Amino acid sequence: MAQLTMAKAINEGLRRAMADDPKVLVMGEDIGKLGGVFRITDGLLDEFGAQRVVDTPLAEAGIMGTAVGLAFRGYRPVVEIQFDGFVYPAFDQIVCQVAKLHYRTRGNVTMPITIRIPWAGGVGAAEHHSESPEAYFVHTSGLRVIAVSNPQDAYVMLRQAIASNDPVVYFEPKRLYHSKGEVDLDVPLADAPPMGLARIAREGSDVTLLTYGSQVATAMDAATAAEDDGVSIEVIDLRSISPVDYRTVTASVRKTGRVVVTHEAAREAGVGAELIASVTERCFNYLEAAPQRVTGHDIPYPPAKLEKHHLPDLDRILDAVDRVMDRPNSLSGVLD
Amino acid sequence: MTMTHTLTPTADLATDIDDVARLLTPDGERIADPELDRWIGDIDAGTLRGLYRDMVLLRRIDTEGVALQRQGQLALWPPCQGQEATQIGTARALRADDFAFPSYRETGVVYARGGKPADFVLAWRGEEHSTYNPYDINTATQQIIIGAQALHAVGYAMGVQRDGTDQVSVAYFGDGASSQGDVNEAMVFAASFGAPVVFVCTNNQWAISEPVSVQAKFPIAGRAPGFGIPSMRVDGNDVLACFAAMRWALDNARRGNGPAFIEAVTYRMGPHTTSDDPTRYRDKDEVEKWRRRDPITRLEALLRARGEFDEAFVAAVETDADALAVAVREAAMTATTRPPLTVLDNVYAEPHSGLEEQRAWFGAYLDGFAPAAEGV
Ligand SMILES: Cc1ncc(C[n+]2csc(CCOP(=O)(O)OP(=O)(O)O)c2C)c(N)n1
Repeated sequence: MAQLTMAKAINEGLRRAMADDPKVLVMGEDIGKLGGVFRITDGLLDEFGAQRVVDTPLAEAGIMGTAVGLAFRGYRPVVEIQFDGFVYPAFDQIVCQVAKLHYRTRGNVTMPITIRIPWAGGVGAAEHHSESPEAYFVHTSGLRVIAVSNPQDAYVMLRQAIASNDPVVYFEPKRLYHSKGEVDLDVPLADAPPMGLARIAREGSDVTLLTYGSQVATAMDAATAAEDDGVSIEVIDLRSISPVDYRTVTASVRKTGRVVVTHEAAREAGVGAELIASVTERCFNYLEAAPQRVTGHDIPYPPAKLEKHHLPDLDRILDAVDRVMDRPNSLSGVLD
Repeated sequence: MTMTHTLTPTADLATDIDDVARLLTPDGERIADPELDRWIGDIDAGTLRGLYRDMVLLRRIDTEGVALQRQGQLALWPPCQGQEATQIGTARALRADDFAFPSYRETGVVYARGGKPADFVLAWRGEEHSTYNPYDINTATQQIIIGAQALHAVGYAMGVQRDGTDQVSVAYFGDGASSQGDVNEAMVFAASFGAPVVFVCTNNQWAISEPVSVQAKFPIAGRAPGFGIPSMRVDGNDVLACFAAMRWALDNARRGNGPAFIEAVTYRMGPHTTSDDPTRYRDKDEVEKWRRRDPITRLEALLRARGEFDEAFVAAVETDADALAVAVREAAMTATTRPPLTVLDNVYAEPHSGLEEQRAWFGAYLDGFAPAAEGV
């Protein structure tokens, strides 16, 4: 086992996927000589050449649309979108073409495209560099949506995404690129948990805290803090937000009877809304309290100096835990 | 390539329909064109008759499509009358292993690639998004998002480059599509990578109700050189010119010289679709002017002048057209709609727990309508 940063784990995932399958190629802006603005593709150009590590013109629809054509031809493109906020020009190609071609052709054409997106905030970036657009993609049938939270998952799930015959939108929390963890690079993919499986990051008995990606670390901190308060939180790292592993989720909720969801993305019609609706449908009779959401505000992503007021932090999560535990909280007497 | 330091467009506006390369005058007289002539040296009477037959059959499919829509058998039909020479001329120049990416109006491309009667109508009837397997006829599902397929063609061509074969991919799109970012990005990518792709822009003068002058102040073919792509503006009602231009473009790509661009200047005689009312935006005179440039009568005139248009040939083509029309009608009338649960098929290539749950639920729901077992 190696101690690797998430950035290095993803880099290694790409390298091995390319070495294993000559049909895998990576494409995007600045991914060649520069190795990507986050250096995720570092060294790949030297190793695999310009036919497989493609520095593209600066046009996201162009990158995504040509990836569709390459997939038509039997290739497995791994597309890097430079930053979350730049995926929108490619949105039409993703939702109208990438997501639908398999359905449209009754399974004759597959779109094994992996769309890597350095994602979400907390790094003091400029405008358009900290967005959480995952709900747009979760809402689109035909796509799988992954959000990783640690180097081991990042490595394994990237390889699974590339191996999948379905298109996968793969969110990489840029705030975690430099966080380190144990990575078993030689884990046989067949033995790894399937890509859609949730992970119980911490066991607990009073509250189920559902989250993914960049918020997992914050959720873990909240669980540790809550313990001092005598509340036992079970943290579930969803890993896949389409599809969601409801088996793991409902088993936890039936045990705890209380649900808090946290994510960075804005609240309205977000992933949290979907999770709570689905959990309520499945576990209504087990619930001891109304499920609660802790999310970004319903605002454009704020300037960096203010982002800490937007991102759910440990205290806001604990406040929601107080709500589901029916303890005094910020909403006591405010909302009825 | 030459370039002056002051770039001033000097050509006539995009609307000059006679500033085109052609081999047949609107009267069907064979004229010389130094660029195009060399590409049709081998074209004999048999090939010309074949092109004529294709155009007549395509027009019959189109007529049948309109009729079926009017009779309520199809939800919609996008007529291509007037564009037969562009579609047949370019598509017939392709090799079977080349790959075409057509738009919704390119019925003739699907026909020329080997589409079956059901393939022309069942998507418009709403039975399928695509009746054919794209790999069976090396033709992508007809595209409805304007311009999206131009990028797919370029990506496919990039794959061809990596595979080291001499196949070519073709992107078909309209004059309206030339305004789309995707088409312009496609030209950037194609030129940057030298991809073996041919862009065929069918300038039929109208994008629904918007005239080409809303899309372009300069001939559309004139844009390609700005991307570093050689281009040609041909008479889209001259099947020989379309065929020759396509051969030029394909040869360019096969020899590793990268993309080429063809603007075929033609006219959509009918409405945009059967839901459209073109009398609201274009005048009769314009339509009549183009009727006199009809691509089929033009080739007929040439064949007549050469004594190749005998009665037996005409009768044989008529018979084939009738038979095809019957087959198209039958495909529409005998279509069976898939069982309900199949709406959930093929969303994903691999198992997806969310959809599996919905399938289980919807299946159980549907089962609730099954007739009760006997004796219960
Ligand atoms: C992205 C997109 N915008 C709008 C439409 C609606 N629409 C369908 S056809 C059409 C006009 C296209 O004109 P053109 O590209 O010239 O092709 P033509 O129909 O003349 O063959 C429009 C606006 C669409 N299908 N896709």
